[in-house]
Amino acid sequence: MANLHETTEAILVLAAQHFSVPRAQLSANDDFFKTLGINSLQALDLLTRVENHFHIELPDYELQGVTDFRTLAERIQARL
Amino acid sequence: MRDFRATTMSWGLRNGCVELALHRPPYNEIGSESLVEFERFIAELETVFGSAHALIIHSELGPGFCAGADLRELFRRSQEVAPDARLTELREFLQRIHRVFNRIDAAPLTTIAAVHGVAFGGGFELALACDLIIADKMARFCFPELRLGLIPGFGGIPRLKRDVGNAVVRDLLLTGRSFNATRAHGVGIVSQVVAEGEALRAARATAAQLAKFDRATAIAAKRFIKPIPEEELRQEIEIFCDLFMHPAVEAGLRKFVESEDPLPYLP
Repeated sequence: MANLHETTEAILVLAAQHFSVPRAQLSANDDFFKTLGINSLQALDLLTRVENHFHIELPDYELQGVTDFRTLAERIQARL
Repeated sequence: MRDFRATTMSWGLRNGCVELALHRPPYNEIGSESLVEFERFIAELETVFGSAHALIIHSELGPGFCAGADLRELFRRSQEVAPDARLTELREFLQRIHRVFNRIDAAPLTTIAAVHGVAFGGGFELALACDLIIADKMARFCFPELRLGLIPGFGGIPRLKRDVGNAVVRDLLLTGRSFNATRAHGVGIVSQVVAEGEALRAARATAAQLAKFDRATAIAAKRFIKPIPEEELRQEIEIFCDLFMHPAVEAGLRKFVESEDPLPYLP
């Protein structure tokens, strides 16, 4: 099972690829709404990519108040 | 049926398959203009009932299939119209939407929703009116209405209840959470999950397969297995109209329309 660091890194790579942002510009504590410049439905798009990548299901209400990659990774870790 | 491009949608007929493409930015929200064009489409569709074998509904827009009712228009009308007239107008709108979706639901051809991205609220309900849902792996399905103090109003709950177990309906309805395509496939809502961007191609391949079957047999099979839940659909309109007059709904719509919350769709 991936550890928190590996999960965070995988999310950062997914986000960088999908939203065409250089991976080096993203860090674990970034607010992904601001860094990626995305709206709520685009955030759901990121959630879907994360779910597909990790083969998990993360109810979207668990993302309420979550804005940074590290906390998102923690939510995923709880489902692995 | 001639190819026709309206403001919110376009349609055409190819090799016995009607294709309806939604294209109202940003997310194909269904408002009064969409309704008029849906009605025009249905009138056109009825002219090919004897000759076409399939209907595919899809979206031309990148973000997804359809995000549901146009909540901004709903809120604006609720502010412009007196309460009594508001209820009358709302009921008429819902009855017209139900007529359109019921015609799609019972159409004597096989109907396929090719879904990518969001299929929320009324968009999910439109997909549920179809015989088959083919989703790409980025699709998401959701009934977010409870967060506005409402229930789905375009026939979604009776149709979903017809198709899957009550526990699945409760999960979607009472939590307001969204299902990804894999989950929706697992519970039986989605018939095929395909790669990103492949839903329309897969729907066309399915439609081509359907062309091989005897139409009268296919129509008889559909009529036998897919009854319209008429009484529950009527009840849904009454419950929706009753809830709509509660102050919580106006507050919920206002919150949505004026929200600067980065996640306004989340409960």
